[in-house]
Formats: sequence, structure tokens, C-alpha cells
Amino acid sequence: MSTTITEPKTFVGKKVRRKEDPRLITGTAAFLDDLKLPNMVHAYTLRSPHAAAAIRSIDVKAALEFPGVVAVFTGVDVKDLGLVPCGVALPGLRLPPHHILAQERVYYVGHPVAVVVATDRYVARDAADRIEVEYEPRRAVADPEKALEPGAPAVHPQWPDNVSFTHHQENGDVAKAFADADVVVKQRIVSQRLVPNPMEPRGVVADYRGADGSLTLYTSTQIPHLLRSLLAPMIGLDEHKVRIIVPDVGGGFGCKLNVYADEALMAFVSMRIGRPVKWVESRRENFVSTIHGRGHVDYYEIAAKRDGTILGLRLKLIQDIGAYHQILTPLIPMLSVLMMPGLYRCKTLSADIVGVFTNCVPTDAYRGAGRPEATHGIERMVDLLAAELGMDPAEIRYKNFIGSSEFPYQTGTGMVYDSGDYARVLDIALKTVNYPALREEQKRARDQGRLMGIGISTYGEVCAAGPSAALPVGGWESSTIRVEPSGKVTVLTGIQPQGQGEQTTFSQIVADELGVDFEDVAIVYGDTSAVQYGIGTFGSRATAVGGTAMYLAIQELKPKIKKFGAMLLDSDDVRFEGGRCWCNKSGKSVSLAEIAGAAYRAIKLPPNTEPGLVATSYWEPSNFTFPFGAHIAVTEIDPETGTVKFLRYVAVDDCGRIINPLIVSGQVHGGVAQGIGQALYEQAVYDDTGQLITGEYMDYTMPRATTVPPIEDLHTETPSPVNPMGVKGVGEAGTIGASPAVVNSVVDALSHLGVRHLDMPMTPERVWNAMQGGRK
Amino acid sequence: MKRKITLTVNGRKQTHEVEPRLLLVHFLRENLHLTGAHVGCETSLCGACTVSLDGKAVKSCTLFAVQCDGRDVVTVEGLQTNGKLHPLQQAFWDEHALQCGYCTPGMLMASKQLLDRNAAPTDGEIRHALEGNLCRCTGYQHIVNAVKAAAGKVGA
Repeated sequence: MSTTITEPKTFVGKKVRRKEDPRLITGTAAFLDDLKLPNMVHAYTLRSPHAAAAIRSIDVKAALEFPGVVAVFTGVDVKDLGLVPCGVALPGLRLPPHHILAQERVYYVGHPVAVVVATDRYVARDAADRIEVEYEPRRAVADPEKALEPGAPAVHPQWPDNVSFTHHQENGDVAKAFADADVVVKQRIVSQRLVPNPMEPRGVVADYRGADGSLTLYTSTQIPHLLRSLLAPMIGLDEHKVRIIVPDVGGGFGCKLNVYADEALMAFVSMRIGRPVKWVESRRENFVSTIHGRGHVDYYEIAAKRDGTILGLRLKLIQDIGAYHQILTPLIPMLSVLMMPGLYRCKTLSADIVGVFTNCVPTDAYRGAGRPEATHGIERMVDLLAAELGMDPAEIRYKNFIGSSEFPYQTGTGMVYDSGDYARVLDIALKTVNYPALREEQKRARDQGRLMGIGISTYGEVCAAGPSAALPVGGWESSTIRVEPSGKVTVLTGIQPQGQGEQTTFSQIVADELGVDFEDVAIVYGDTSAVQYGIGTFGSRATAVGGTAMYLAIQELKPKIKKFGAMLLDSDDVRFEGGRCWCNKSGKSVSLAEIAGAAYRAIKLPPNTEPGLVATSYWEPSNFTFPFGAHIAVTEIDPETGTVKFLRYVAVDDCGRIINPLIVSGQVHGGVAQGIGQALYEQAVYDDTGQLITGEYMDYTMPRATTVPPIEDLHTETPSPVNPMGVKGVGEAGTIGASPAVVNSVVDALSHLGVRHLDMPMTPERVWNAMQGGRK
Repeated sequence: MKRKITLTVNGRKQTHEVEPRLLLVHFLRENLHLTGAHVGCETSLCGACTVSLDGKAVKSCTLFAVQCDGRDVVTVEGLQTNGKLHPLQQAFWDEHALQCGYCTPGMLMASKQLLDRNAAPTDGEIRHALEGNLCRCTGYQHIVNAVKAAAGKVGA
């Protein structure tokens, strides 16, 4: 089985089939729940059914007596262990102590209260029903705006105003911009709470070996090394005694970029009982124990001249924190603010964030992490402004785009956009849908009583995180290139894929740089004992940062390869090309395998040269990268039901230089589907008592094959100057571009009925009601 | 308490003693060590656990193993013949129809039922047939492409 369609000499830029797939299509991959260790027991976590309650008592006697039960632990057992960490330091940040099991109170539905360990997962679950917890329910608050009202229930009694932090940022004379404006448009825009929902729920297997005091923790994570650094002190172990192994990960989307109570809890359990223990969350549990995303209420104001020139932006951002901060929670709304001007020239802006506690699951990074909210905001506001001015939504965007000659471009929020050609992607998108003809068609449709809409979104994103100084953790990435004695290549990377296909893209990069075959490269990750320290996968950073580390390690190795080549060829004038060292005079050559053989056999060494062919590189980027694109959604609304149907979805994305077009398309499609999910279907709905009423797939509407349209993806390639390969990142692009395109399209379809704005998800009910309101 | 069941899994007849409440998916994964069928929701709404029962695609998370006594089960592990990939497996690979791969075994089994019944489905028919299988990664487009590419090659 060859993994390439043809047999190209080079691999970068080609549609190379993935190395990951043979194990995944044959059912032989190993995900977390597929692991079985000798003598392993199973854990089930009992969680709070109340959003806010005092715990009066917990009686575990009946559970402990249940046949097959090995142990039961509650809050008192873990009260001296470390707290679940928040990695973001902010002045005045209120951080409630986040114990791995609830202490005297529970703060959200799903708050872990006790853990039952048994020989069988069914038994553990049965026994959990025998635990008697006496709760004294308290008033809860689940809506961040209601939580800010005077007299609202205090999520944490010590902070009656429910404010966790505030942040202010401004640039330029905002008051003057608004005073000078011909028009000011204001809108409240909600980016609703979402549940990330990777198809594989989270899971942990912990295996503590008491004799040597070491812990091996298998977990479904995006950040093995960071997890090790943060987890070890929580459970009282030294970092070098903890080994994190990551099996195949069934999707992450940011929700596995965290340090979870469950990970520390399983480590603790294994340490206490001296046996390996497995915990895998059920889907229902995933809805209340894994972080949620988004959760914004944004109040936007945009000031402009009559010709459409944007003069100023104001944003008041209310971020629903949930009951606790997880690792990056406070950072997410900051990312929104950084990207609030979008692709537009306006530098005069102000933003105020208020982070609000609610009796809900904590929010944190979910695909896009702050940028979808920002893009949704600015792209809605630009459309609202165009409507106010009677301008075409494409025209107003062209009017305000940062020009292709203006890069690097410093924004009013302090970002430096690396490169771009924003007008070009919009040109291509408009041309692809034949925009003027489409507008004509829309007119004819309206005349026939049909509700057809055209929605444009032009987005930019900050990714490839990034400069270490700008992040709460290091932003660099590492790679070790090991040419083995046979000339085959092993690559160690700190990147931790969850389906993005980096075994393939990284092999393409390495194969081309070393002139070896794609099949002769093995990519190793996901084991802190095998791989040098790395940061992990998030923020569309794998190729731009991790791939660059790899590229640089190879450059570091090349002089040594040439030294051995020169020795073998007995020449001082050699070049390394196509996987061989060539003598420039004689034309003779030696293969990388011959060179590697000599380097490891080491009978003779070049002067001042060590044996072996290994190099390690740590790439610290000088800046983020800034991909961009233009999406157009063409929709039609059923006037009887309010159901939104797609007529067309066109995505033109620029993620810098493309390594594998097949994988880039897949990333865009999947991202768009998640953006469509937010626009039309998904929402974590909490009732006033803090119950999650969309807590499983019966109620939480996931995008399905019948509801996601065919996506026409086109691409431009504007290289990034930030890294030598010119790559930017594509993991989050689709999600960021999609939701405003869809909302703009539906609002456009209904604009002649007086509809000006719709919040997400645009369910048939919401759309139908808006239509009725407009018709009155 | 345990019940004896005899069933054929991927062409091999098996006899096991199981608890009546043991789910088919756990029987396959824990007792037979066939971990291709994944548990994604435990409510038959995501389809990651889809297997074939007497030629019909079923969600193995909402069937008891004892309900399969005397019946014929095929899982994703049974799709290959003589080490050769099934045309659907080949097409999923060629068309990049998977990313994390967690939903893939279920997608393959649901797609197989479709192609067994309809050798040349339209895009709409493919999407309809896969409505019971969630994928969070691909946006479904490449899956539709793959099923289309495999159509006509099944049984050929």
C-alpha cells in the first residue's frame, strides 16, 4: 500500500493521502477508551444535579458495600490536593478555588462530587446511585446579564457582584470619532454558548507505580507537556516522575486544550488504590463536564462617514465565565478584542470586557476562541452600517479594507497583520457566485414572494500562536530530526494532533527538505517521555510553528550531513540535493543511508564532528500569522416555517502557503460546518435554575449531513513573512468566516420585511417570529 | 444471571456468557476486543457505534448483546477481504473523508448499507443515508465524495 496517489519527487503542495488513515478506516486505531491495562479498574464520577447548593452531607457507605466496588472518594479526600489551574494572570482577577471534587458547595450542574471505583464500569455506575448526598439548593443564575443585575444570586458568595474581571482597551480619540460621524449604528449581538462536542468524549487512564513513585497518565489532550507541568504539582509528584501518553484523539476543537479536574482525580485514585484506573465520560457527562465555548453578549457601536468610511468602534463585551476559570478562560474575550477591527482600516476603538460568573460549566477555548465572536461582531456591524447607508455590503467592505500594499499593518488593538490581499479574496468570491447576476436573481425571487438572501463575510484571524511574550504559556514549538542508521527519518514534535493530519503534512515537509520519500519519515508525538518538551496543538499553530521547528532542525542538520558526505566522497566541494550528497567536481554521490551508516558506525569521523545524525530546534515566532478570507452564503427561507436552506456556500480562504490542499479543504469544510452549526442550530440553553436543557443530542442540534451544504472552497496563497515556509494556519478559518456569512444572508433575505438583525442560533422559530414582526 | 449467547461476528461463530444488560457495543469492544465501533453518545444519535446486524446497519450502543443471539454481526474490522480494503475504505482514504477518524467506522458501516441497497446513490441520497451519523470534523463533503467514488465499485 503506497500512501501517495502518484509518485511525485516532491510532496509539499500536493494532495497526498494521509498516513493516519489506514488504522482509522480499519478500526485498528487506539483511542483512549480502547486502552486496557492489566488489573485496571473503572471510575464513575457522581456529579451535582443542582446549579447551586450547599452540600450538607455525603453518605458513601452503601456504595462502598456494593459488590465490585474498590473505593469511593469525596471532596474531603482531595481537599489538600492542588487546584485546577488558570494559566492567565490578570490584575485583580478573581479566581475561585477550583478543587477537583466539590467541597462545601456545588456551583454548576455537573460539578463533580464523588468518584466511585469498581471492577466494571457498569458496577461503578450502579454503585454511584447508592451514594446519598444531601443538598441544600440555593438560588442560581445562568444568564451573564442577569448575573450583573443588582440583587442577582451570588455565584461565589465572596463576590456578590459576580464580576470576575474587567479589562479596558482603547486607541485614538473615540469620543471625537463618534462626534464627527455622520452615522452611528448600535447593536446588541449575542455569540451564544456552545458545546464543542468532539465525537470522542474525554477520557483518562492513570497508572501509578508506587515502587518507583511514577505516574503514567493516558489522556485525550491537545497539550501533553503543559499538562504534565501543571498536573504534577496538583498531585504532589515531581514533573519528571509523570509521563503523559496521548493515544489517538478523536477531535479536540480546543476543549481538550485544558487541565481538567478529572485528570488529577484519576491520578489521585490510582495513587491511592495502587491500580490503573480508567474514566471515560459519557456524552451526557461531556455536556456538563467539558468546557463550553463562546458565551458573549456584545454591545457594539460603529461610527462612520456617509460615504461608508468607518471612523470608530465601541464594544462592551460581557463574557460568560461559568462557575470557574479553566486554563485560558479570561484570555478568550481578550482575543476577541484584539481582532475587533477585522480587516478594516479603522484604528480608533475602545473595548470594555466584563467577565461574569454564572452557575454554568466554565467557558474556554472552542475552535476560533474569541475570533469567531469578534468576526461575527464586526461583520454584522459592517452589514448593519451598509443597510443604514443604503450601500452594498461588498462595496462598504472594499471601501474600508486595509490595502495589499499596507502590510505589515499595525491595528488599533496592537496587532501587526503580517500580509494579505483582502480585496482579492472578495473579488474571487463575488466572481464565483456572479454577484451582480445573483442580486438580479434575488430581485426576481422577491417579486415571486421567495425569500432569498446573500450574505458576505470577510474575516481575518490571528493564529500560529505565537510569540511567547504575548501568551500565557510559551508560544514556541520544538522538533527533533533523527536520521536513523538506515537513512530513514524519525521526527519528534511537540505538536499534538487530534485529527488534523500532521503525520502527513509534517512528513511532506521533512521528505522535501531531506529529499527522502514520504514513506521514509515517521512522525512521533504524544509521549512526554519520548518527545522533547513542546507546547501542543491549538490556535492553528501546528504547521506554522511546529512545522517551522522541523524545517529549522533540518537546516541545522544539513551541514553535518554534508561533512559526512564530503568525508565519504573524499571531496571538499559537495552539495546535498535530492537525498544525496554530490561531489561537485566528480559528479559522484552517496545516499543519505550511506551517510547515516557512516555517522553511526563512526569508524572515521570528519574533523570536529560527533557521531550520529540528530538535530533539535526550538522555533520562537516573532509574530502571529493572519490568515483571511471571504465567504458568501446564499440562502432561501421557507416563508411558511422559517427554515433556512442553503442555495450555495462559497469559501475563499488564504492560509498562506498550502502544504496539502486535500487537508486544507477538509479543515475549511469542517470549520464551515461548525460555523453553520452556531449560526443555525447549536446552543447550550440553561434555564433560570441553571439546568442545561440542551444537554444531549436529542436537544442540542448538531450539524448533520443533510443540514450542511456542499461547500465550494477556493484558495489564494499569500505567504506569511513570519516563518521561512510562509505558512499561516487553517484550523479555525472556516468556523470564523461562516457564522456571519450565514446570519448576514438570512437577514438579507428578510431585510425587505424590516428585519435588521437576528441572533444565533437562527432556529426556524426565531426566523419565523422575526418575519411576523417585520410584517406587522 | 449470565446468559449464554452464540452469534457470528465477522464470519466467526462465537459463544459467550454475558450479562443480559451488556450492550452490544461493549460486548464487541470489551469481550471480543473489537474496538472499531466507538461509543459517541450512548443514545443512538451519533452513529459512531454503527455495525451491521443481519445485513442491516444498527446502533450497537442501544442493543443488548443478548438480542443478537443467533444472529450475524459485521463490524468495521470485518470489511476487508483477504487483507484488501473494501472499496468504501479505499475511497474514504483517497477522498480524505476522515480527520480524527472517531466517527469513521460508523460512517463506513452506514455507507455500506446504503451501497448494498442502492448501487448508484445521488448526493442527496447519500446525505439522507448518513443523517444518523455525526461527524464533527469533515463537514461531510468529503464523506459524500467518498461514498460516491465507492459506488459502483462495491461487489465489482
